[in-house]
Amino acid sequence: MKQHYQLAVIGAGPAGLAAATVAAEQGIEVAVFDGQVAPGGQIYRAMESIPQHRGSQLGDEYQRGRELVSAFRASSAKYFPETQVWSLNGRREIGLLLQGQAHTVTADQVVICSGAIERPVPFPGWTLPGVMNAGAGQILFKAHGIVPDDGVVLAGSGPLLLLLAWQYLHAGVSVKALLDVTPMINHLYALPRLPRALLAGHYLTKGMQYKRDLKRAGISTLHNVRSLRAQGKDALQSVSFLHRGREQNLETAVLLVHFGVIPHTQLGRVAGCRHVWDESQLCWRPQLDEWGRTSVAGILVAGDGGGIGGARSAEHAGRLAALQALYALGTLDRATRQRLARNDRKWMREESHIRPFLEAFFRIADDMLQVADDDTLVCRCEEVSAGQIRAAVADGHRDSNQVKFLTRCGMGPCQGRQCAEAVSHIVADASGKALQDIGHYRQRPPVNPLTLGQLAGLHSEKTE
Amino acid sequence: MKADVLIVGGGLMGFSTALHLAMRDTRCIVLDKGSPGRHASGVNAGGLRQLNRHPAEIPLSVVAADMWRHIRELVDSDCDTRFPGQVRVAENEAELGRLEKRAALTRSLGYQHEEIIGPDELYALVPALAPHCIGALICRSDGYGRPFHALDAFRRKARSLGVYYQADTRVDAVRQDGDEWRLSTLQGEFRAPVLVNCAGAWANHIAAMLGEPVPLKPGAPMMMVTERLPHFIDPVLGAAGHKLSFKQMQNGTLLIGGAHMAELDLLQERTEINWQKLALSARSVMTLFPQLKDVRIVRTWAGLEAFMPDNIPVIGASVTASSAYHAFGFSAHGFQLSPVVGRILSQLILDGTSELPIDPFRIDRFASSGRCA
Repeated sequence: MKQHYQLAVIGAGPAGLAAATVAAEQGIEVAVFDGQVAPGGQIYRAMESIPQHRGSQLGDEYQRGRELVSAFRASSAKYFPETQVWSLNGRREIGLLLQGQAHTVTADQVVICSGAIERPVPFPGWTLPGVMNAGAGQILFKAHGIVPDDGVVLAGSGPLLLLLAWQYLHAGVSVKALLDVTPMINHLYALPRLPRALLAGHYLTKGMQYKRDLKRAGISTLHNVRSLRAQGKDALQSVSFLHRGREQNLETAVLLVHFGVIPHTQLGRVAGCRHVWDESQLCWRPQLDEWGRTSVAGILVAGDGGGIGGARSAEHAGRLAALQALYALGTLDRATRQRLARNDRKWMREESHIRPFLEAFFRIADDMLQVADDDTLVCRCEEVSAGQIRAAVADGHRDSNQVKFLTRCGMGPCQGRQCAEAVSHIVADASGKALQDIGHYRQRPPVNPLTLGQLAGLHSEKTE
Repeated sequence: MKADVLIVGGGLMGFSTALHLAMRDTRCIVLDKGSPGRHASGVNAGGLRQLNRHPAEIPLSVVAADMWRHIRELVDSDCDTRFPGQVRVAENEAELGRLEKRAALTRSLGYQHEEIIGPDELYALVPALAPHCIGALICRSDGYGRPFHALDAFRRKARSLGVYYQADTRVDAVRQDGDEWRLSTLQGEFRAPVLVNCAGAWANHIAAMLGEPVPLKPGAPMMMVTERLPHFIDPVLGAAGHKLSFKQMQNGTLLIGGAHMAELDLLQERTEINWQKLALSARSVMTLFPQLKDVRIVRTWAGLEAFMPDNIPVIGASVTASSAYHAFGFSAHGFQLSPVVGRILSQLILDGTSELPIDPFRIDRFASSGRCA
């Protein structure tokens, strides 16, 4: 492995593929570090190997990835699959794990294309075996064709939940119910944003089609569901909830939950990039300029990792970041950068029309975000409950890091990935402070698993 | 705002000093430029170690050890302390020879807390240790605590006794007006007849404002913690031939330090892990516990600490200003000393003298060397 690259792209979803392809076309040295076995990211997972029939079950949006992947494969970008990035710092030194061997390499420009993660929303019983993120269910389906055979209950909010129900329907899985926790009041707030969303009407049409298909197949969708609770002794046995003022109970061994997606920001935060609270998307995201530049020189973020925009938007953002990197490297002059960026910028704007509507429509209720139930575990690694976090705040610990120091929440193996947002919400609510002031956990490396033996064997090209 | 004593720095030293003063009915204000225990106090390795201390620190450390054993009486919390002993292993004859010399030195000073043990006792104590070690220096009454919990307990107790604490308050200027110190901050002026500098890695700025610059160098020792493992080791372990501090915490995680330094940016208050150097710590662990190679590292970090050229702190009165005192520069081993340092400062301030020998820590010891930063 070389010790230095002109451009390092981290992640090979739509943003990473587009960025690497554009940059490689200009003749610079590009390395793409990807945790997956093949290019495509989450959205176009297993693009190259998936059987035709399963591909069509996933819908035609999925097919769009084919073009991206083949253009990338045809480029000179060097692809490192199954390569875990466990660190990135302000000097653009990247910690990698490649076939069990730890390396550090450097790059002049780094584009982080880490994509999104599902928003973790703790609710009573969410840690029971049998409760899974819908995304995890989707991965099993896309990559392995695995579907739960006794049927599932789906619960949560957001377009992916609908899509997954639709995909399951087409794969012949019994969907016992779809519990939509989106508060009805959202329709009111989303309404003024509808006209702009109509500019990207194909998304709405698609959503309506999914809904129609589900209804036709007899899958019951319950709206305005509240007080979601997973129940069971050692594993999930049933799901209870409030619907139209009535307590209901559904027996199921599998509950797939989904509460929308948020940017996966661990790498940018560990590198010291400034992050801001996005009140519309209810998440932390890196502060970026129009090219995707972060507050750290030479580090850019493209795609959902910089704020949720969807797969197509990510593609455009990837190209824009690549153009900026090429400009910074001296490969493109300013005028060329501007010219080449024009179309992507326009298309990206068109893609953004739908967002304000979706964000308002699918906004999770505050009491869920703030984990109203004191006994619910927020940090499952260190077993810290919402009540303990509130107690720490009442005791004068008034930002995320103080609470972390005191309660250890966010100090477990997931490094706060599962609880950071919830802790921000709880602390803000309990202290009456703004989320921006609550701050985010200071991120500590490694952001991906690294063993003592692997660190001991760190191979540094520099020291050779 | 007015009080009897102004303390700059809301870390363990600052709160310990405030607590001891408050116990004697002295009104204190503690100011911190950020949040309490944000740096050295909150993120150190938590070692409660008398073992292998600089001879000048031994008298303080021995008293501190006793205070930690009874820490609940002082702060109403045990600060998650445990006292399974600390050992410093030797892997060859030369190292063992050095440790024996060290034990003899401690004895010659009249202290009994360090002794040499042979391989039989070492392996009875630490069966998991790689088989090549030949002995160790041990202090059986040593142990460890959890720094942030200790800080929280000290702060809580101090506040319960009326200590006023204010976070996010940076001292911009210090001046003495008659017999009153005045600290200017963006949040207003604070006044008191006595000033105490416990500002950690930033203490040299306060000292410089008093006209006595010191060659303090900030450093950030790196640490890492692993996933939880079944209990397999009791004592805290160091090694004569490695920069290493190794312990298994109450929850099963391994806390590994080694005084290898991170890159740091004092202005941004940021540290960055130097992986090549941290790999040295991992290699030390592999040498002594090769069976741990597949254990996952969960987190690495480095806190900002103040280092002095001779690696012992500054404790005592200012030599340029009246009614001003310092306690800083603990050079990455201050945690254990914090209860006693607070007591010493309270005695200096209220009685004019300390029961313990602190002359080696005087601030003007660097003056002749001309190495002032």
